[in-house]
Amino acid sequence: MQGRQHISAQFAAELDGIRSAVMEMGGKVERQIMLASEGLESRDSGPAEEAIAIDRDINRMEVEIDEQCALILARRQPAAGDLRLIISIIKLTTDLERIGDEASRVARLVIKLASAGGADPIYLHTAKVARHVSSMLREALDAFARMSVSAAVRVVLSDKEIDEDYRNGLFKLTSAMQQRPEQVEKLLDHMWALRSLERIGDHATNIAEQVVYLTRGVDIRHLGNERLENLLD
Amino acid sequence: MNHPDMETFNAFIEASKASKTKRRQAPSLQVEDVSLSYPAEPNALQNISLEIPSGCVTAVIGPSGCGKSTLLRCFNRMNDTIDGCRYSGSIFLDGANILSDGIDVTSLRRKVGMVFQRPNPFPKSVFDNVAYGPRLAGIRSQRQLDEIVENALRSAALWDEVKDRLDAMAGNLSLGQQQRLVIARAIAVEPEVLLLDEPASSLDPISTLKIEELIYELKSDYTIVIVTHNMQQAGRVSDYTAFMSGGRLIEFDATDRIFTNPSERATEDYITGRVG
Ligand SMILES: Nc1ncnc2c1ncn2[C@@H]1O[C@H](COP(=O)(O)OP(=O)(O)O)[C@@H](O)[C@H]1O
Ligand SMILES: [Mg+2]
Repeated sequence: MQGRQHISAQFAAELDGIRSAVMEMGGKVERQIMLASEGLESRDSGPAEEAIAIDRDINRMEVEIDEQCALILARRQPAAGDLRLIISIIKLTTDLERIGDEASRVARLVIKLASAGGADPIYLHTAKVARHVSSMLREALDAFARMSVSAAVRVVLSDKEIDEDYRNGLFKLTSAMQQRPEQVEKLLDHMWALRSLERIGDHATNIAEQVVYLTRGVDIRHLGNERLENLLD
Repeated sequence: MNHPDMETFNAFIEASKASKTKRRQAPSLQVEDVSLSYPAEPNALQNISLEIPSGCVTAVIGPSGCGKSTLLRCFNRMNDTIDGCRYSGSIFLDGANILSDGIDVTSLRRKVGMVFQRPNPFPKSVFDNVAYGPRLAGIRSQRQLDEIVENALRSAALWDEVKDRLDAMAGNLSLGQQQRLVIARAIAVEPEVLLLDEPASSLDPISTLKIEELIYELKSDYTIVIVTHNMQQAGRVSDYTAFMSGGRLIEFDATDRIFTNPSERATEDYITGRVG
């Protein structure tokens, strides 16, 4: 689609505007997760508070982008690749907004955990998962910006690693709970944070799946991994 | 159980079913390697092959001058009337090659009705417009003509609007009504194929929707080919879409596919309004 100009420059500008709004929204969500992970590493509630504040922008952007999409559907009646772009953006904003919610949830737990005190390697593990998820999201958004099917498929396949991180974390947490029953409450907060991070991974997967639909017009949501690997170049 | 109203009602339902369902299977049109030249346009059509399925609507879209109307005119041999027009290839309808020399062009045109962009009713009454074809075919009985005219006007979704002024001049109807009258006139001779060349392009949005609704109603009984420069219209009315450019068929596929994920870049560019 790139390189071929719309006859209507106005329409082209509208589509570009929406595309960059999505990238901006994605950037904010990514930043939220990074802030949450910083807060975990430094046990500082400052970054987490910033992450929670960003959530308002994200909610507002979701509404604005969806409105733009509805206007384009009503006024331009886009077809083919343009239609797929609008459909995937509508879905993308939903996933980004949910990621924002999960990231805020993590940030609230970070604030609680920061005041709990006491060094614990589990903080570093949770922070590591947060960074991992954040880079997965960055790759999904990057695949969207470049409309790269193979980058998107790599994201989908990498969700296994997040699931693995999650399982490892749960294992660590349950054994810590057995050893240190007095810290159960704190450890449960880590568990909730891990669970939110795992969900963020699922939303990033959805985004990557939309990129494949947008680019190729095929729905890969329910394909097995072997068939997904065929889409890598 | 045998309430008289119920019987009347059932009889009414049966009668309306009988009048509506001709239920013969309209034939498909198989176009094989058709090329056509005009003196000033040697490549008006270049090696066109496609099968236009029966009982559904096929839209032909493409930039103006790409050969849409020319292709349509092949289906009823209207191009024969154009000086210096030459063509080759075959088009099969009901098993016969309608481009072959031996074909009876008059009876072909009865089988293949055509409606143009501007409504072109004859300067006659509403009734006489619709009765024109059947009379030409030798039907004289007034009772039979009445029935044919009523059925055709009903099929064209015009009966209720004109039943009290069948003697009025056709030219007094609104443009949208005139276009439906022309469709009724085409239907009255019981064609198998209906060709519509931009049938709604001179109509207002409401009349356009009425024509589109009519096309939908008619498609189970006819093989319908519609040329339209309005892409949204093609998307609304057709089951299949042929995209032409420069006298060639670029892509032919289910409309659902053409409008969401066409195979050819040229089709994508055209329907999304891009230039190369
Ligand atoms: N009656 C005609 N005599 C000579 N050339 C014609 C005639 N009709 C169409 N053409 C030429 O054939 C080409 C295709 O025309 P047409 O089938 O009318 O295109 P479309 O319906 O797609 O706009 C054009 O270049 C046009 O100038
Ligand atoms: Mg034309």
